[in-house]
Amino acid sequence: MSIYEPVFSAFGLTEWCQGGNGKGDNLTSLTDLVAKARGEGSANLSLWELPFPSMDALHASCPAFPKSRELSKGIENVFLDIKDSLSLVLDPLTQPLSWLLEGSLWLFETTPWWIMIPALLAIVMLVGRSLVLVCFVAAGLIGFAFVDYYSFAVQTLAVIFVCSLLCVIIGVPIGIAMSRSNRLQRSVIPILDMLQTLPAFVYLIPLIFLFSVTEPKLYGIAIILYAIVPVIRLTDLGIRLVDVEVLEAATAYGLTDRQKLTKVQIPLALPNIMAGINQTIMMSLSMVVIASLVSAPGLGVLVLRGIRNLELGVGLLSGLGIVVLAIILDRTTKLALARITPGHRR
Amino acid sequence: MTVSSDAGEPKFKINALYKIFGEEPEIALKALRDRNLTKSELLEEYNHVLALEDINFNAKAGEISVIMGLSGSGKSTLIRHINRLIEPTSGEIIYGGNDILSCSADEIRQIRREKMSMVFQNFGLLPHRTVIQNVGLSLEARSFSRKRIFSEAEKWLDEVGLQGYEGKYPDQLSGGMQQRVGIARALASNAEVMLMDEAFSALDPLIRSDMQDLLLKLQKGLRKTIVFITHDLDEALKLADHLVILKDGKIVQQGDPQRVLVEPEDRYVFDFVSDTNRARVLRVRTIMEPISSSSHMFIEGEIDQEETLETMIKLSGGDISKNYLVKNGVDSVGIAKMERLLEALVPVKKNEIRSKEI
Ligand SMILES: Nc1ncnc2c1ncn2[C@@H]1O[C@H](COP(=O)(O)OP(=O)(O)OP(=O)(O)O)[C@@H](O)[C@H]1O
Ligand SMILES: [Mg+2]
Repeated sequence: MSIYEPVFSAFGLTEWCQGGNGKGDNLTSLTDLVAKARGEGSANLSLWELPFPSMDALHASCPAFPKSRELSKGIENVFLDIKDSLSLVLDPLTQPLSWLLEGSLWLFETTPWWIMIPALLAIVMLVGRSLVLVCFVAAGLIGFAFVDYYSFAVQTLAVIFVCSLLCVIIGVPIGIAMSRSNRLQRSVIPILDMLQTLPAFVYLIPLIFLFSVTEPKLYGIAIILYAIVPVIRLTDLGIRLVDVEVLEAATAYGLTDRQKLTKVQIPLALPNIMAGINQTIMMSLSMVVIASLVSAPGLGVLVLRGIRNLELGVGLLSGLGIVVLAIILDRTTKLALARITPGHRR
Repeated sequence: MTVSSDAGEPKFKINALYKIFGEEPEIALKALRDRNLTKSELLEEYNHVLALEDINFNAKAGEISVIMGLSGSGKSTLIRHINRLIEPTSGEIIYGGNDILSCSADEIRQIRREKMSMVFQNFGLLPHRTVIQNVGLSLEARSFSRKRIFSEAEKWLDEVGLQGYEGKYPDQLSGGMQQRVGIARALASNAEVMLMDEAFSALDPLIRSDMQDLLLKLQKGLRKTIVFITHDLDEALKLADHLVILKDGKIVQQGDPQRVLVEPEDRYVFDFVSDTNRARVLRVRTIMEPISSSSHMFIEGEIDQEETLETMIKLSGGDISKNYLVKNGVDSVGIAKMERLLEALVPVKKNEIRSKEI
């Protein structure tokens, strides 16, 4: 494997390579033997077998060269080094998130079912104004309760409620700021792209380093980071799509920037913002299931139990429960969206 | 350039206004001045668009000034400087003793709320608001009470003939009705200056003519200072007290529309005006000659100076030998000859007229 050795010697680095340990010599002769056995010169190994000059391949030719694991170890060490100071700042900053999640979970769990279910139905009726949807939601909730998944479903709802709310509270202003500055937009979009394309599990890794797994804020942050992207994107898009002549009219009649924002831009961007909120809620739901790996409560826990203990029925039933929850959340927000979209009002 | 209207003082004056679109308009402007570049040279060498070049024009109080020009001639750019939706590259606009272009943001907002209203080609109505909420926009910006906004808006909606539509949304109205809302919105702000950017261009011809009549009717009572933009000569001639013709960002001729018709300054204006039905737009006063005591001619009858040539032709029954005494109220102000009328029906360039006279 010491195919790259000539490269190192060409640069006069043989000394440096063998500085680490004396194995280099052995390896060379071994390769030479192999090459001889094939009846070729050591330099012209078949092109097909030429390994990529990766860290590991170079290490084989030159023991002083670091292996790739050493790189990832380095990253780990950097992380461990800054961890303490970082969590000193982040911990108090994110503590309210833990309180919010705990509070919301407490509220959803301690409210008796005979108050909770009618209250949820009333909200759905208020937002969606559709009897069919209310019946579907009622059937879904009663179904959950009947198979004893009610408390899990309600936990999931509690987490989604807090996280989506925070996504909107944080995301809408960011979207508005982005729509007003091209520079800001250019710098934020790559971050959003990254947040959206990173596999959900990868989020969890640095967070596990920073926070203890028992704290709710760990999964809270993961969910918010993952789900906030659409609401930011669509707020920005929605405001940028507002008809320039309408905005010009508002300027021409002496509206201040603030008046333009609240009286023209946000109302006209609302359908897009609502579409963003819908997607945010759906993404929170998918993340809360994955976040059960880091102790997020709810239906995800059941799915995980299904996988761990090979309890096929539990896994499938809770999976079905998540689908029902998704449909409920999606339909309700879509109906609300349709109501505020021009052409559907009156 | 003849300015013949007798209406009041200039409401605002535009002096030496330049607008260049591009990355570094200052540098382009300097090059333009130092090297005397043309619009296309500036575009080629500096990649800057010369939208307005040395615009000088006064809008008289209580008059309708019409700015006319082909697409891309800079009409919209010009009108947007008046309420400063666009920042100029150089020049000044004097209004109420101050230069609008050096006002602070607060002052300009004040002017937009109280002094200048605007009507847009595609109406610019807020689609999420009812008609009456749209009309009250400028009053809302001034944070008037709800009740006051409502009653003012209601009043102006009646004025433009839209009573009963208060609660509708703009997309429930036809184009003509939407523009009535646009006009009501402009009037509700009670501004003395009204800027109209191709306000009727998006409407079909019949509705358009109705809207022109509506505007003239309202203007009779309100006497606002209106700047009206159009690319349609007939519309311009119907509305204008003062006509400005814009070409490639430059004013090529301005003045009394009747004068522009009979004495076009150059080929561009000539081409513009030669398409129109002159008998319908030219007025008797434009072709009349002074009453001279020396000549003895037979006077057929009397005609008002504001009548069109069409009326005079009808009156004469086509007899080209007839002459009429032109009246302004009770005064006799001139003689109109059918011979002269016939001559005026054929468009002639100003320098051709001159060469004939010599
Ligand atoms: N924001 C801008 N950036 C660059 N060039 C512009 C901009 N706005 C206008 N222009 C240019 O300025 C010139 C005048 O445009 P303007 O819109 O004022 O014309 P217009 O007479 O209103 O035409 P239309 O009849 O099509 O409305 C055009 O050549 C146009 O391309
Ligand atoms: Mg225009």
